Amino acid sequence: MSATTWGWLVLAFPLAGFLVNAFGWRVMRGRTAGWIATIAIGLSFACAIAATVSLLGHGESERQLTSSLWTYASAAGLDVKLGILVDPLSAFMILVVTGVSTLIHLYSVAYLDSDRGYSRYFAYLNFFVFSMLLLVLAGNFLLLIVGWAFVGFASYALISFWYRRNTATKAGMKAFVINVIGDIGLVLATLFIFRELGTVDYLSVFAEVPKHFTSNDGLLIAICLLLLVGAFAKSAQLPLHTWLPDAMEGPTPVSALIHAATMVTAGVYLIARMYVLFEQAPTAADISAFIGLGTLVFAATCALAVTDLKRIIAYSTISQIGYMVVGVSIGAYAAGMFQLMTHAFFKALLFMAAGSVISAVAGTQDINRMGGLRKALPFTSKLMIIGALALAAFPGFSGFFSKDEILAYALNRGGFYVIFTIVGYLAALLTAIYAFRIIFRVFWGDPVPEARELEEGHLAHAPAKNPLTGEEEDTDIGYPGADHHIAERDWPMWLAMSVLGFLSIVGGFVEIPGVDEVVKNFLAGAFLQSHLYDALPSVAADWRGLAIGGAISITGIAIAYLVWVRRPGTSAALIRRFGPVHTFLLNKWYFDELYDAVVYRPLLAIGRFCNDVFERVVVQGIVASAVDLVRGVGVVVRGAQSGFVRAYALLLIGGFAALGLYFLIAAH
Amino acid sequence: MTVTWYIVLSAVLFAIGAGGVLIRRSPLVILLCLELMLNAGNLALVAFSRAHGNAEGQVFALIVMVVAACEVVVGLGLIVAMFRRRLPLNVDELRGLKG
Repeated sequence: MSATTWGWLVLAFPLAGFLVNAFGWRVMRGRTAGWIATIAIGLSFACAIAATVSLLGHGESERQLTSSLWTYASAAGLDVKLGILVDPLSAFMILVVTGVSTLIHLYSVAYLDSDRGYSRYFAYLNFFVFSMLLLVLAGNFLLLIVGWAFVGFASYALISFWYRRNTATKAGMKAFVINVIGDIGLVLATLFIFRELGTVDYLSVFAEVPKHFTSNDGLLIAICLLLLVGAFAKSAQLPLHTWLPDAMEGPTPVSALIHAATMVTAGVYLIARMYVLFEQAPTAADISAFIGLGTLVFAATCALAVTDLKRIIAYSTISQIGYMVVGVSIGAYAAGMFQLMTHAFFKALLFMAAGSVISAVAGTQDINRMGGLRKALPFTSKLMIIGALALAAFPGFSGFFSKDEILAYALNRGGFYVIFTIVGYLAALLTAIYAFRIIFRVFWGDPVPEARELEEGHLAHAPAKNPLTGEEEDTDIGYPGADHHIAERDWPMWLAMSVLGFLSIVGGFVEIPGVDEVVKNFLAGAFLQSHLYDALPSVAADWRGLAIGGAISITGIAIAYLVWVRRPGTSAALIRRFGPVHTFLLNKWYFDELYDAVVYRPLLAIGRFCNDVFERVVVQGIVASAVDLVRGVGVVVRGAQSGFVRAYALLLIGGFAALGLYFLIAAH
Repeated sequence: MTVTWYIVLSAVLFAIGAGGVLIRRSPLVILLCLELMLNAGNLALVAFSRAHGNAEGQVFALIVMVVAACEVVVGLGLIVAMFRRRLPLNVDELRGLKG
């Protein structure tokens, strides 16, 4: 079979799983729904491997294969086919998406076990994977928009999965609204592209762009900026990042899958996919890179202060995506995509471990109420340390190779791109510190009561409550289920985390500078038009970067060890010393408050004004007078309705007689 | 033969019917007077048809008869229903349509 046939199968399995779970929830008992969903994604992963193998059978310059099922829309000069594009970039993405998804589905089989919305959960999850694959495989802009909007909906549905939890539904709405802002950017960009080039098919657009636009054409920059609005909303970059930390209201595996490993990297994929446009409009690419840089620093500082376990990891996600955005914007496509892959491994692992930790302390997410869980959770703690080492770019782990490759590329490009390298390394130091802040706060220190209980074999069970507000909840449908699940006791969770842990360690070895460079050679087929793809630093420069990165990582971990383990009071002293800074970081640079003041309140005021003045006075005034008019006429006319049948008859006959007389007179 | 006398007779019959509808209070008599008016119309139709030597007027007369029969069915049915429910058989007292 050809690569595109496998590509269609990759799409078909998650869709089938979604339909089965969505319509069969009534008859499925126990963990059936979870296994169906997991197997569907597993088969999809197998097809993705087959597609990649089939793609490798072609020559390097003939690896862009398209296939279409039928014409999707044909009107007004627009001819869009329901078509997919299988090239090394999309093949790479479907491998990452289906691979990580399979493991997270597997984890969820056990983690969500006692939840009353079990089938609904897996239906949503399969729908998400289908949408994400559609987004990645789309062969034209229209299908991209469809996939883009679908993942936005899936994200909304899963953030609000516990729909009776007020905070969760609000977080879902927030995510949806910000994602729609991104959708608008993407749609407008598509409209401009269609207006200029008359086509929305990827390959024809990429062929036309260099001929149609001069370098840094104003319109092309506008198109690229609109694309960036879409990318930044989806990838939670400044200033559209505020939805992602709130998205942690969803179940933990959802955070792992959608809000860490796959969906939020869609923006990175979009920038890489549109590299032809961005290389023709370098100004837009530079803007994108600087926003990515700002985001990665901002998020890293927030992650130092926040105390909610899942939100720390969420800020770390924003920060890591910042690295990817910098990478694909400055031309380090392979390095950016490589970082996307390794990040998917270790971030999914960190979230899975966090889920296990949260279960062990009966649903609490505040790290102030965790500590000393190392003995109670021997497996989880080991895996979380692996994930944190990969995140901190500790030498040998996967994050080590990917992050430094981006920064070395920036240094090699010279000019002001050196800024990216310097700031990137500074943020890497912060990354190492906050990564090990999690580890030392959660697993070291004095064991909390739950940890002691667990060491004796009892899993803590506190009354169900909202981890954010402390509100009492029940465990009925719409709230989390009654039982907690830890990786030590449920083999699906254990298996999924082991595989990801293994990948977090060895995932980096596929791209060692001067040794194998698998990712770069594979992706080259998708970037044939690029003049930046091969502008790579020398192997020696790469290794210098790796050495610096490794030293920074070890320094960061050492600092974290000093602050949180060696001298446990240091952190509190620092907070006292730099009170305002800490408050500033704790409030996430006041972005939410800023939006509240700039967007939310003015809109609310305008709405109030419209309601009080326009609606109440003007509109309702007109309506009220119309009603009065009709009523007045009615009062007058009602007098004629006496109820006497003979009076009606007289009027009738009299009327006819008068009419007859009129005609008689008129006839003369 | 002129058509005049037939038309005069028709007009007289129609006027009697109309007068009856206006004056009488019993629904039964009003119904009969309505019939009278319809048949006055029929007479005029037939007379003109004959005068013009054209059969169309007679066809209309037949149609009017059918309509009259239908109307009688409904009207008598209403009167019987009123009688059964012991409503007054006096159209001046039946004033449910007063606005």
